[in-house]
Order: sequence, then C-alpha cells, then structure tokens
Amino acid sequence: MGFSLGTAGVKMSGPAGTLRGFADQVEGRSFNLRVLWYLLVFLRPYAVRMLGAFLAMLSVSGLTLLTPFLIKVAIDGPIATGDIAGLNEVVLVMLLALIGLYLSSMAQRYLLSWVGQKVLADLRSALFRKLQELPLSYHDNHIIGVTISRVISDVGVINQLLSQGLITLTGDTLLLAGIIIVMLSLNAQLALVTFSIIPLIVLATMIFARRAKLAFRNTRARNANMIGDLAENLSGMRVIQAFANEDSTYEKFDEVNQANRDAHIEAMSLSFVFLPTVEFLSIVAIGIVLLFGGLSIAQGSLTLGTVIAFLAYVNRFFVPVQELSQLYATMQTAMAGGERVINLLNTEPDIQDSEEARAMPPIKGRIEFRAVHFGYRESLPVLRDINLDFPAGAMVALVGPTGAGKTSIANLIARFYDVSEGDVRIDGMDIREVKQRSMREQMGLVSQDPFIFAGTIADNIRFGKPEATMADVLAAGELANVSAFVGDMPLGYETEIYEDGANLSVGQRQLISIARAILADPRILIMDEATSSVDMVTEALIQDALRKLLSERSAIVIAHRLSTIVNADLICVVDGGRICEMGTHRELLSRRGLYHELYERQFVDVAA
Amino acid sequence: MVISEPQNKRKESAASFVPLMAKIAIDSPLSKKAAPASPILRSFSFLKKYRYIAIGVFALATVTNGLAVLIPQTIRWIVDAGIVQQNINILLASLLGLLMLTVVKGLVDFALGRGTEVASQGVAYDIRNAIYEKLSSLSFSYHDSAQTGQLLARSISDVERVRFLTGRALLRLYQHSALLILTFVALLLMNAQLALLSMMLMPLMAYVAFRFGRIYRPLSLDLQHKLAEMTTVLEQNLRGAKIVKAFAQEDAEIERFEAENRAWFGLAQKQVHTQTTHIPLLDFIASLSTVAIIWLGGRLVIENSLTFGELVAFTTYLGQLISPVRRLGVIIPAVAMASAAGERVFTILDAESEVTDAPDAIALPPIQGRVRFQDVSFSYFDQNQRQVLDKLNFEAEVGEVVALLGATGSGKSTIINLIPRFYDVSGGRILVDDYDVRAVTQNSLRDQIGIVLQETVLFAATIRENIAFGLNGVSNEDVVEAAKAAQAHDFIAAMPDGYDTNVGERGVTLSGGQKQRIAIARALLKDPRILLLDDATSSVDTETERLIQIALERLMVGRTSFIIAQRLSTVRMADKVLVLQDGRIAAAGRHEELLHRSGLYAEIYYRNLRE
Repeated sequence: MGFSLGTAGVKMSGPAGTLRGFADQVEGRSFNLRVLWYLLVFLRPYAVRMLGAFLAMLSVSGLTLLTPFLIKVAIDGPIATGDIAGLNEVVLVMLLALIGLYLSSMAQRYLLSWVGQKVLADLRSALFRKLQELPLSYHDNHIIGVTISRVISDVGVINQLLSQGLITLTGDTLLLAGIIIVMLSLNAQLALVTFSIIPLIVLATMIFARRAKLAFRNTRARNANMIGDLAENLSGMRVIQAFANEDSTYEKFDEVNQANRDAHIEAMSLSFVFLPTVEFLSIVAIGIVLLFGGLSIAQGSLTLGTVIAFLAYVNRFFVPVQELSQLYATMQTAMAGGERVINLLNTEPDIQDSEEARAMPPIKGRIEFRAVHFGYRESLPVLRDINLDFPAGAMVALVGPTGAGKTSIANLIARFYDVSEGDVRIDGMDIREVKQRSMREQMGLVSQDPFIFAGTIADNIRFGKPEATMADVLAAGELANVSAFVGDMPLGYETEIYEDGANLSVGQRQLISIARAILADPRILIMDEATSSVDMVTEALIQDALRKLLSERSAIVIAHRLSTIVNADLICVVDGGRICEMGTHRELLSRRGLYHELYERQFVDVAA
Repeated sequence: MVISEPQNKRKESAASFVPLMAKIAIDSPLSKKAAPASPILRSFSFLKKYRYIAIGVFALATVTNGLAVLIPQTIRWIVDAGIVQQNINILLASLLGLLMLTVVKGLVDFALGRGTEVASQGVAYDIRNAIYEKLSSLSFSYHDSAQTGQLLARSISDVERVRFLTGRALLRLYQHSALLILTFVALLLMNAQLALLSMMLMPLMAYVAFRFGRIYRPLSLDLQHKLAEMTTVLEQNLRGAKIVKAFAQEDAEIERFEAENRAWFGLAQKQVHTQTTHIPLLDFIASLSTVAIIWLGGRLVIENSLTFGELVAFTTYLGQLISPVRRLGVIIPAVAMASAAGERVFTILDAESEVTDAPDAIALPPIQGRVRFQDVSFSYFDQNQRQVLDKLNFEAEVGEVVALLGATGSGKSTIINLIPRFYDVSGGRILVDDYDVRAVTQNSLRDQIGIVLQETVLFAATIRENIAFGLNGVSNEDVVEAAKAAQAHDFIAAMPDGYDTNVGERGVTLSGGQKQRIAIARALLKDPRILLLDDATSSVDTETERLIQIALERLMVGRTSFIIAQRLSTVRMADKVLVLQDGRIAAAGRHEELLHRSGLYAEIYYRNLRE
C-alpha cells in the first residue's frame, strides 16, 4: 500500500474486532515457559513449514519497509530531476517488490494458518483419546461443559498463541525495529521528534485495554445470562404454560435482554472513543512530520522525498504497536488455556491395564467378591467387607434402600472403579489382571439413567455392536418390546431421536437400552433399575424374553420394584454397604428380615 | 460496474422502503400474516421505533464523508502552499486546521458509532422480546417438534445477523458507496487523467472482495456448524461415558470423533485456501494503484501539470478508499446471509399457535372440578397419524380420584394433556364444570389446575422460588407448609441453605424423588380444584415412594384428581379406574369390580402380585 494518511493506524477489523482483541483475556500468568515448551512439542512435526513461514515473514517485513523508501527515491531522484527513464526504472523495482510481497505474504499466510489448524486438530484428537482412557471417576468429578470447553475453546486459544502469536511477536518486533532504524537513518532528528508520540499511543492503548477488558467481560456475562435464561425457559416452557406463568417469566427475560443490550452499547462505545483517539494521535504524528519536515525543507536540511517517506513509515508504525499491545492480552488467555489443556493431557488414569494384563477368555460367568472394600472418596466408604460368590449363569438380584451400595457393586464388576481393598474375580480371575476392554466386550449394561445417543433408534440399539445387521437390530428390538412403540413411528427404527431423547418417554428409552444390551449378546448382563419407568405389562413381557435369552448367562439385576426380581435365583439384600441377607424370594420372606419388611411395605395396601 | 451495485441496491430499497414500512407497520411485525415482504425489508421495519436515531446517523455519516474528503485536501494545501512554497504561517495554520478537522471527525464518528449501536442493539432487543413472547404463546405441539437448540440459535445468532443488517451493514453500504463517489469526484476535479487511472483498479478490487465474501461467509458458517457437530459428538461421548466403557466402544468413538475432526480440518483448509488466495491479492491490487499513481503522477509532476501536494493527496485518497471498497465487497454477501437469518427469525414470529384463546373467551369462574370427556378423539401432528384417543367418553365427579391404567402409548398422558388444553381435541369436547375448555381463556383454566408432569423441571432459582412458581404473594409459612405436606421439608431443611438453596443448572442437583416432591409441593401450594399427576412415582426407592404416596394422598383430598398409575397401590385408592387400550377405555370402575369383570385388568393386577 502507498502512504495513506487519513486512515493511519486504524486496521480493517473495525471497532468490534479491536474490542475483542483487547478484551478476550482471562487472569493468568502472561508467560509460562513450561506451558510454551510443552506446546512446542505439538509444533515439531511441522517444523519445516514453520521455518518456511518464518522466512516468508522476514521477506514480508523487509519488502514492506522497502516500498516507502522506493517512493522517496522516486520523488527525490527522477521526479525532482525530471528523469523519466529513471522514474520508469524505480517504478519497475517497486512493481517487483510488490510481486515479491504478494507471493511471500501468500506463503506466510498459508503455511501459518495450515500449521495452526493442523495443530488444533492434533490437540483435539489427543484430548479426545485421553478422555476415552480416563476412568469414570474422572467424569464424576468434572463438569461436562468444562471438559468440552477444554477441547473446543481452550485449544483454539492455544492455536492463536502458537501460530499467530509467535509470528506476530517476531514479525512485529522486527518490523518495528526496521521502521525505527530506517527512520533514524533517514533523519535522526525528525525520527526522534516523531517517536515522542509513541508513549501517548501506548498509554491510550493500555487505558483502553483495561477498561475494555472489564466492559467485554461484562457483555459476555450479560450475554450468557440472557442465553441461560432463554435456554431454561425454553426447556421449561411446558411448566411455565402449565402454571400460567408466561407474564412473569417474560418480565424476567425482558430484564436480562435489556441488560445485554445496554452492556453491548456501553462496551462498543468505548471503542468508539478509542479508535478516534488513535486516529487523532496518528494525525498529530503526521502533523509533527509535516511541521518539522516543512521547517527542515525550508532550511534545506531535508528533501521532500524524505518527508513523504516519513509519512508512510509513520503510518506503518501504528499497526505493529497496536498489535503488540494486544498480543499481551492474547498471551494471558492462551497461557491460561494452555495450562488447563496440559493438565488434562497429563492426567494419569487411576484405572489402567497392567503391563502383564491378559485378554479375557470367553466368560462363563462366575462372579466373586473377596473381602471387598470400596468408596468413591477415601473418607466415605460405600462398601465394607463384601464377600459374594455368584455361580455362572445365575440371575442375581440386588435389593435395598437408596444409597445402600447396589450400583457400586455393579460398577465394581465392570471395573468402572477399582476396589480399595480385596478383589473382584470373574471365573476365578482377578479382573485387574485382564484387559478392561476384553472383559467389557463380554458384558452388557442397562444403566439407571438410560442414556440415548443422538442418532436413530437403530443406531442406538446397534451401539455396542456397530457391525450388527438390521435383522439383528429388529430381533433385539422385538425382544425388548421396542417394536411395540416404534411401529407407530412413520420412520420406524430409522426415526431420529431428538436431543436428550425428548421425543421418547423414559420408559421407551429404557426399552431401547435393553435392546442395546440384548444385541451386544453379553456373557454377563447388568441391569440397574432397567425397567423402573416401564409399565408393568411390558415389564413382564421383557422379563419373559430375558429369562429365555439369559438361560446360560449371568445377570445382575437391581430393582426397587420387587415384583421385578421375585424370580431371581439369588437375592442379595444390601444395606449400609454390607450384604445383610441372601437367598431366594421364599427363603428371605420366611426369614422375616429386612427383605420381608421391604416387601410388606411395598405391597401393604394391595395385599391387605 | 461492480462498484455501482451496492449503490443501486440502496436506491431500490430506499424507493420501496417508505410505503412498505407503512404497510408492515400497520399490521405490526408480530401479526400473523404480515406482508410477504423480503426478510431484509421486514428487518428494517424494526428500525421504525428508532427512526430519529437512524436519520441522525445517516446525517452524521454524510458529515463524516465530507470531512474524509476535506482532510486530504488540507494535506495537499500543506504540502503545496506550506512546504513547497515554504510558507511557515500557512503550514502552521493548516496543520492546526487539520487537527481540528480530525477532532470534529472523531466526535462525529463517536456519535455515529453510538447511534448505530443504540439503534441496532435496540432492534435485537425488540426482536428477542418478540420471539420470546411468541414462543411462550405457542402450544405444546409446537414445542414438541421444535428443538430447543435450534430455537436458541435463532434467538441468539440469527437475531445477531439481523442486527448487523439493520446496523452496521445498512450504514456502511450508505457511507462507503457515498464516499466512493465523493472521492472519485474530488479526484476528477484535481486531475481527470490520474483519477481515471487510479480508480481503474477499484472495480477489480471490489470484485475480489465480493468474491471473497461470497465464498468466505458460508464457509465460516459451515466451519462453525462442523465445530458444533464435533462438540455434540464430544458431549454425547462424555455424557454416555459409562455406556461407551460398558460396551467397550472407545475405538469406535475415537474413529467417530476423528472423522468429525478430519472433516473440520478439511473445511479449515478450504478456509485457509480462500484467505490465501484473496487477502494478499487485495493488498496487491491496492498497492498496484499506488505504483500507477507514482508512475503517471511522477510524469505529470515532471511535466508540471500536477503539484507535489496533489500527488500526495491522490495517494491519501486512495489509501482512504481501500478499506471501504474491501468492506463493501464483504458486506454484500453478509447481507444475503443476514437475509436468510431474518427469514428463519420471521418463521418463528409468524408461527401460529394451534391453541389460542377464542375471541369471545371468558375467564373461567372458580370451579367445582367436574370433568367430562364427550366423544373426545385426538391425534398428534396431522390427521393421518394414528388416533391416540378414539371417541372417549367418561366423567369425573367433583373430588373423585381417577386412576389411568394401560400400556405405554395407550393414551394416558394424552388425557392429562388435554384437560388444561395443552393440545386441542381433534373431535368431541371436554367440559370442566359446564364450560367447554375452548370457550374459556387458557390462563384462567390453568390457574385452577395443578400438574405434576412426567419429568420434573426445576428452574435455576431457590427451592422456595421453585415451590412458589407461578404464584404471587405467597408467605414463607405457606411454602414450608406445602413442603411439609409433600414430605419434602426434611431434606430441604437438611441442606446448608435450606429453602434458599439454589437448584437447577448451576445449583445443587436433586434426586428424581426429591424433585418430584418439590413438584408436588408446588401443586399443593397452588391449591387447585383439579389435579393432574403424570407418572409421578417412577424410579424411586421404596421408602421414598412411600413418602411420595403419603404426600399424594394428602394432595388429592377433596380435589378431582387424575393420576397415571404405575403402582397398584394407587389403583386401590381410586374412586374410578380407567383401563386404556389403544386409545379406548377397555374397562372402567372401582378396583374390586374390575378385578372380577375385566380380564385385562386382572392380568395386570395378578402378574404383579403372583409369586
């Protein structure tokens, strides 16, 4: 570009861009070598491209500096002396320099963005793999939204630091140094006078940055408030309407909506002050050059070409100064994000396959607990001294009050958690000595809260066995009574499930997850409150189906509704983290213990 | 020719703007069948409220354009009269003038920016309120088929795009195209030959910028969508972590994520490619014009047909034009996208609720609570679908407890949804006392009905506020009383902040049984004549169920109650049991009668008690 004067220093990004650039920062150490060093590892595979980008950047900086100098040469030389051939020559050199600038800035942009996006994809992939490796206890202790922001947003910020950040830092520093040197060598006195404006620019930028940071944080908070309020009201719209409460929720929304509007107006107004201020300062700088330059020309100590070249250099000067002061903010955010990402990547899973772990041979189904103690947190024991021996092929029921430890027992069988003491054995083998996946591949789980993935009903049934045919899916659906309600849907098994299974009732979701377990054809089936929301007729049908299916498999069934489990081969009554009674339904009833009490309480008014 | 395009567009829209605005204003943007206007014009109609600000902004934009043309002239004056002629007084005076012009321009720019922001943020605010109001007036059938995420996206990002359209886009289109013309005139006046040469490349630049915008905008949207999809895969994976592990599907999940990640990278590369081929090219073209000016301008100076100051002014003007021309190119495709966003926003605003108050609807006076279904038929969505209810007839006397029994999908929940008129019947009618529910206002009807829905929704507020939801002027004592009756007081009191504990999204998580008891307390506090309980006691343990049972029995005393029974204990206390099968009543009566009379009922009953 030439030596534009009126738009000095104001970049194309517009007020919003300027604002965001300054304000998107979080508290954090601005520089952390450990984080930087660790992240550089991700850049290593692309070292050659980065080197290329660096060289291209050098070329861009150099050629950017050259153009105003060539203009000065043209003005002071051929134009002043009337040498048209000389003018043509200079213009030709300028043209070549511009082509060089075009090519090298293309190369720089391409290489840099490519590497940046690639590193971003690599980091996301590494994080996702890590998350698959981490045990359930990690997910228990971390909010999903936060983990998502590690993988999606924090990583994006790191990309900014690695690709743009590093290059901007070196590129702008070099460019700035170059401009200063060139200006000093053109005319030291004029250069020094012009530089007197720099502290003002830096000061204005710093004052603005501080206030913009607060203002922008405010807009984000207000925006989040508004979205939160809206999201909540949308998902609770049925309740709002049921309680005829539309007006007062509208008033509340109007309030947050208004706050959001005002915060944005206030924040944007800041940049409407800042941008004209910078423009004014740049005009002051130009004024200085014109005034002192004009005076010097009058004294004959300066040429017109030098003054014009100075004007062009002054223009270029503002861009890197502003970019560099913004970079500080970017660095802070990126370092904070980087640290969080690295912490996640470095988390050691507390359940790992041991070095000598073997693949689990086909499971017969005997399950033993030997003096097992367990707690999700050390201070809170959940299971105490549990000793169990379930024969292969048995259907075992776990009953007991909420919080007794039933689900924990099921969790330990699948090794979602490790015992604190004792051991869990399947077919006589300590489950810590086999590979987790080889074992779980032979298990099926229908969990308390039936989780349905986004996708079709068939996708969900097929989840544990992606290679299953449609016929298999239909067969499993038939057994689990899924076909009864799927038949009413126009698309049948290909019906897309809405987010959170909103177009399905809880009972229907349970049936689908039962079909999922049936299709996986497990050697051990764990059903944790699997039919609690299914109506009684359907439940009975499913029980019949499962009984046939499970004839030679082991099953662990947890249920509050005792009718579900009266036919179990063995019923364990769990209370306060211990097994307090064990036997068949008849045996336990005749013992008149806790089971009898639970049973009586549940059926009291019917049996009376 | 490309440059003139925005100009024409603006003129066209300005010409048809006024009559259309009037037309839209008459039946207001909210009304059902507003003019079939283009979404762009309809977006502008929201500016009407801010018309004085808008007019002011356009006036200021004209001023700032004028100043932008004056500043290079001042610089030319400085160079020619001050520097070249070496007149110090002129130099000082004109420098002072330059600074003052800049200050004035700064002030104008501030007012301009703030005005635009106030008006366009105001438009966004108005549209969001309108959307919200609309959504809360739309009946259940709308919300059944709409996805929360999509509605949110429309109210947030689509509205943001409409805001851009009514704010910066409109202003910039005017400001930049006017600046382009003014500058061209100024250049022509200085030197026609040089003006033509320097403006020659502007159309090319505008074209490249336009092409860039056209490719880049949709691409970055695609990229955003891809990222959203990737986020969904991740979120699903994290939420289903237990299932993923239980079925040993980690590798399949990694492959799924990698596929999304690769697709994302593919799009990102396209974006990189688009940027690489366009942005440096724009800079290159801009610099070419400067070189052209040095080349021709230099000759003209040598030939004395151009002054140095004019040469400087020329390059200044060009520098001043570069970013507006680039932006114009980018704004036009953005306007197209904003128009699509506007269309999506207006589909919400134009949606018609399937359930609306009749024009002559009266407020339902205090009722006794008799409910009658007369030949009621119902099907969700369109008529082709399976009949969910098929000519249903029954009556519930004041204070009766009616238990609904039947398989999943037999129509139990539908009955409960029809009484408060969440949906309208497809045939027949429902009478509360002697009023057809369609003849009274929805609010007055629902005010007298208490509901505990299948899935309990708590709002991010304190427990107290959740219990008192929808009610005004409720005392603390009443809330505690209701909670005690609902067997919820003990666990609430055991919480650190008691009734002031925050629940919901960012608060304490409650178990299903606890949420249900809060919902029961909520219904109790409302003290309704008619009570609807949908699947109220599933998935809780025996002890909690017993507590809930006690709460429910208290709740039902003296009220007409409909309860979907999953437990036979409920059935035994009902005054009337309706056994539903395929949308019809297969049997009705008291428990003892049914046990003898109905095979279906006996089957359900014995299957659960037989050993």
